[in-house]
Amino acid sequence: MRRIDQDNQPQVTIEFEGKLLAARRGDSVASALLEADQWTFRTTPVNGEARGPFCMMGVCFDCLVEIDGVANCQACMMEVRDGMSIKRQQGAGDIRLPLPNGDKKGDAP
Amino acid sequence: MKTHYDIAIVGAGPAGMAAASIAAEHDVSVLLLDEQNDAGGQIYRAVSRQNITDRSILGPDYYKGQDLVSELRSSGAEHITGATVWQVSPEREIGISKDGKAWMVTADQVIIATGAQERPFPVPGWTLPGVMSAGGAQVALKSSGLAEPDAVFAGSGPLLLLVAYQYMKAGIPIRAILDTTPRINLLRALPHLPSALTSIGELIKGRHWIASLVTAGIPFIKGVEDLKLLGEDAVTKVEYRIGKRWHKIDTTHVFLHQGVVPNVNLAMSAGCAHNWSKVQLCWHAQTDRWAESDIQGIAIAGDGVAIGGALAAEHQGRIAAFGALHRCGALKSVERDSLAAPFRKALSRELRLRPFLDAIFQPPKHLRIPEGEDTIVCRCEEVPAALIRDSVALGCVGPNQLKSFSRCGMGPCQGRFCGLTVSEMIAEACGVPVSEVGAYRLRPPVKPLMLGELAALNAEPGSTPGDG
Repeated sequence: MRRIDQDNQPQVTIEFEGKLLAARRGDSVASALLEADQWTFRTTPVNGEARGPFCMMGVCFDCLVEIDGVANCQACMMEVRDGMSIKRQQGAGDIRLPLPNGDKKGDAP
Repeated sequence: MKTHYDIAIVGAGPAGMAAASIAAEHDVSVLLLDEQNDAGGQIYRAVSRQNITDRSILGPDYYKGQDLVSELRSSGAEHITGATVWQVSPEREIGISKDGKAWMVTADQVIIATGAQERPFPVPGWTLPGVMSAGGAQVALKSSGLAEPDAVFAGSGPLLLLVAYQYMKAGIPIRAILDTTPRINLLRALPHLPSALTSIGELIKGRHWIASLVTAGIPFIKGVEDLKLLGEDAVTKVEYRIGKRWHKIDTTHVFLHQGVVPNVNLAMSAGCAHNWSKVQLCWHAQTDRWAESDIQGIAIAGDGVAIGGALAAEHQGRIAAFGALHRCGALKSVERDSLAAPFRKALSRELRLRPFLDAIFQPPKHLRIPEGEDTIVCRCEEVPAALIRDSVALGCVGPNQLKSFSRCGMGPCQGRFCGLTVSEMIAEACGVPVSEVGAYRLRPPVKPLMLGELAALNAEPGSTPGDG
């Protein structure tokens, strides 16, 4: 996609499938990937078909990606963060539960 | 952290913002919850931080949202952003998730203002990468100033035309607009024209969009009766039929749209009664004069009840707030009635155009109920139309039973993009009204949340995960 507005937000750097991309703070992960002309975000769990963002408003769940090792993240609902690592979700995704150690952040291992 | 409020509102679109601002003017505690990081909902998305400097691109109707956002900001209502509401129980226990942490609050009065979503558009290839809803394309435009040159716009309805018009104003080339509005609809809409003429400005606006698109040299192809999107790993071609002839356009981006429908998942999961609308072809929540549902203390306002548009939603939000304030004991009935009166009048004025719009943009049956066997109905579980028809032939008579037959509707979107299609398909196959077939039984959590979040609910002081 092409940017038509006045770019006055600071840039952040994100990683998508091992490649570094410049993104704009405040953008959703989906927007950032679309700006880089990436329209395929995942493969489906049943038939392994390619999918990408459809509704962009958190309803369709077709933009699921893996972010910093956490699967099933809605790319359209999450904002980019500097250093964020994004991977296409393959099938059902790799589910890793946070450790029940009372860590309030609940980060995935 | 506060765990009880007099009034809690879910959704910060026009209805929710207006309701929260009105409620906060009175001596009650008000909580507004919304999934986005900024108030505005979908229609006024990013209006308070818009970076597109040329205001003629998004247009004056969009910037009207700024007033609602400023009113909300100065109202004193507590607004939690980035918060997903995954439950409203009949006892008004509200489950919230934000930044990977879940908690519960309770409220004496709840106003559900979850707005609209786009109607499913189950045509062959609608799941291919490169195919997006027109509303989705507009989200990218409004929230990030992003647009895709040379896309094909296909479908019907005001939003499709508006997004195309906004693209044109922004100087983004459009490959073609394929208009699937059935020609017969004009005839069906004619009886509603006299009442629509009282909103002549809106009618002229629609004509102006089309005329401008045509004048700009964008192929505006009317009378498109059928549509197929083709490609292996992404869309590469659109085929469309006019009469008996098929035509094709090579393209890598298609924006689909055929109207919006109420986003009913939260209200339905709370147990609020809904009725099938034969006019809007979707579920309408059953609400009274003050927007209260059949469950005491739970009101539903705005496009989440029935599609009326942003301005109607605003008035409905205010009326719902006055009703809730009265039930809280903060307003006497006579005060409530007189405060609501001007908004009631404005609302009825706003709704005069609606029957005409509903009739003229009603999507045709074959674009709602796929004829092809392989067309995907349930995007999440990848259930094709044939499997649904086969299940009905085997004796499956309802959407809930269909889940066990096919997993249809059991994926993460929880039926949001197949529910209407499935109810209509079963009704057609069984030869009964859609109202008899019903909808999926929806249960909390209506949005996925981590098991860890749910398990940690009790660990937080003051939060108890209800009985349900």
